[in-house]
Amino acid sequence: MNDILVNLASLGDKLAAHVLLAAAALGLGIIIALPLAVWANRSPAVSRVALGFSSLVQTIPALALLALFFPVLLSLRAVFGEGLPTLGFLPALLALTLYALLPILRNTVTAQEQMDAGVLEAADAVGMTRWQKLQLVEAPLAAPYIMAGIRTAAVWTIGAATLSTTIGQTSLGDPIFAGLQTQNWALVLAGCIASAGLALVTDALLGAIERGFQMRRRWLVWAGITLALAGILAAAFAQRATDDNAIVIGAKPFSEQYVLARLIGQRLQDAGYAVEYRDGLGSAVVHEAVTSGEIDIAVDYTGTLWTNQLKRSDNPGRDAMYEQLVRWEADTTGTLVLGRLGFENAYAFAMKKDRARQLGIETMDDLAREARRLTIGGDVEFFRRPEWLAVEDAYGLKFGRQRTFTSTFMYDALKGGEADVISAYTSDGRVAADGLLVLEDPRGALPSYDALVLISPQAAKDSELLAALKPLIGAISVEAMRQANYAVDRLDDKRSPAQAARELARTIDAP
Amino acid sequence: MDQPSHALLEFVNVRKAFASTVTEDSAVDVAVDGVSCGIAAGSFVALVGASGSGKSTLLKTVNRLGDPDSGQVLLAGDNVQDAAPAMLRRRIGYVFQGVGLFPHMNVADNIGIGPRLSGTRASDGRIAELLELVELDGSYAGRMPHELSGGQRQRIGVARALAGNPQLLLMDEPFGALDPLTRDGLGKRVRALHGQLNLTTMMVTHDMAEALLLADRILVMEKGRIVADETPRSLLKGAGGPIAQAMVAVPREQAAALAQMAQLDGPA
Repeated sequence: MNDILVNLASLGDKLAAHVLLAAAALGLGIIIALPLAVWANRSPAVSRVALGFSSLVQTIPALALLALFFPVLLSLRAVFGEGLPTLGFLPALLALTLYALLPILRNTVTAQEQMDAGVLEAADAVGMTRWQKLQLVEAPLAAPYIMAGIRTAAVWTIGAATLSTTIGQTSLGDPIFAGLQTQNWALVLAGCIASAGLALVTDALLGAIERGFQMRRRWLVWAGITLALAGILAAAFAQRATDDNAIVIGAKPFSEQYVLARLIGQRLQDAGYAVEYRDGLGSAVVHEAVTSGEIDIAVDYTGTLWTNQLKRSDNPGRDAMYEQLVRWEADTTGTLVLGRLGFENAYAFAMKKDRARQLGIETMDDLAREARRLTIGGDVEFFRRPEWLAVEDAYGLKFGRQRTFTSTFMYDALKGGEADVISAYTSDGRVAADGLLVLEDPRGALPSYDALVLISPQAAKDSELLAALKPLIGAISVEAMRQANYAVDRLDDKRSPAQAARELARTIDAP
Repeated sequence: MDQPSHALLEFVNVRKAFASTVTEDSAVDVAVDGVSCGIAAGSFVALVGASGSGKSTLLKTVNRLGDPDSGQVLLAGDNVQDAAPAMLRRRIGYVFQGVGLFPHMNVADNIGIGPRLSGTRASDGRIAELLELVELDGSYAGRMPHELSGGQRQRIGVARALAGNPQLLLMDEPFGALDPLTRDGLGKRVRALHGQLNLTTMMVTHDMAEALLLADRILVMEKGRIVADETPRSLLKGAGGPIAQAMVAVPREQAAALAQMAQLDGPA
């Protein structure tokens, strides 16, 4: 309970960003939906198209809608130039705005359809122009219904905004995603409580405005609007206080990335830099984000870049792969590969020791023999990755069943017998802690995954920054990394990523 | 009857059809089929006919709630279609069965809407005066439409129509939804206002008795045409042709039956 309160108290900046994002999306949604609804009311064709489109948008899962704006904006750079942001606020705003359209549009159209024909005839007959009719009769009569639509849209938007974490926009989703990965339930709950609380308060405020319209109490309308605006202004003020020049460090959604981001951040803070974290970025998004300068620093892995960015499926060996990567980044994206941290986080197939012994499995070849009777568990992206296809090919793997888990729950699934073998990570502390057997890869089908530090083209010009990070290169052993990861992942005596990063830093400074 | 020397309102071969939704041969229903007639300033004209005879459609061509397909409507010599609808309507009072009070405005704001649209403001005194014209006291000014009875609402509707000092008052079944007692009282009140304010009034009704009692000229419509144009007196004397006479027969027979009943029972 105390943990939740402590976490809640630290969510101020996330809350402010969340409020601004949701308010902007809702505002934009209103600005688009209201004129569209008026037009739809005058033309059945427009009505059909507008309502059809916004209903269709609702059927797309919010997470997918957010993710889809990344490629959309990327392609729009051809029109608007390289300055167009593809991550963070803009795509989140656009996706959430689309999401907010339907309830506002539908309620406004319905309100106009339901309006008393006699009242509308009277409005014409007393000599109202079209604009006067809209302003003096249609708008005030539709207002309670429109407000009800805006209320629904607000609650949806605030909820869906938590998902914008995945495309690099700070929100109350940050603690939820981070907590989910590190099994820090207090952090998850704090994020949920804050987001739900925000939704409830907003709903109550907008509800007061709606009642004000319904009962024609102007003071209630104005009180509601004033309070809502005050909240948005407070958020904007809090947001202004954050430093625009801060170095932004990105992290993919798993413990090691959180710890390394903090390790880098802490060094930069010691060197006098202001630092911000973008946690929970999708794996595909991180590389694009650092090359475009959306974020300044990220830790990635040779094998990942090799297959995803260079689109290579061959395996030239660990050092050759690294050297080609450095050259490729310098030539094509201008991104600086500062160096390798010193450990590998490779995919590796792991089993419980007793189960492996029972089946007589020690290598991937042995596994291929028994695979038909076994269930394999992978993380959410694993079965779509080229590495998996390469392994399948190399060993002729055919599993009886294939299941997907978040990386955290994958280990629990192995322990609980829901999977016989999983796609583990070699730097994961749980491999050693759970006493798992990592199967040998005699055919070298899995590429190497040296952790490396990527620096965006702009940040690469900052020699002080590079100097501050240089000591990290080659300084982290796989044992040290495992220990730090395990400190965050384990259920008892848990460390936060920042604490684990500090402990890790101590092992680097005093070898 | 005496023909008006200069008509305030004149219909010239007005014709209007609606696309048929009922008949299968995608024909059009002719609502108004070439009507020509003049309405003298100061007259109270009732437009009587069965449902679908075209009387409301004809009335609405005057304030452009429905423009004719062909022909002209001249108001004080000018074609109404040359005027912007909103400007035209502010000069013409309009009362209809649905009343259409604005539910979010109080009585005073409803009555004062016309002046407000033109950019002026009806004073409290003016509102009280208009309320008095329809026999309501000033305390009604602050009430909301949903707090009023049907009869009171239509009184406010009449007051609203009169707020802009119109020369011409159009009424489309104005008392159709009221109980007989209220209907009778409000009818008489409107007839009195017609004289008091020097109005020219055109009232659509399907009730011949109402027309006979209130109007000084009755136009009978049938299938989009005017089939009779008579004073109440001449209609009661048998003029106007079979369709008009069939309509007059109903109230006459009712009156006769009532008189007979009163005679049979003798004095109470």
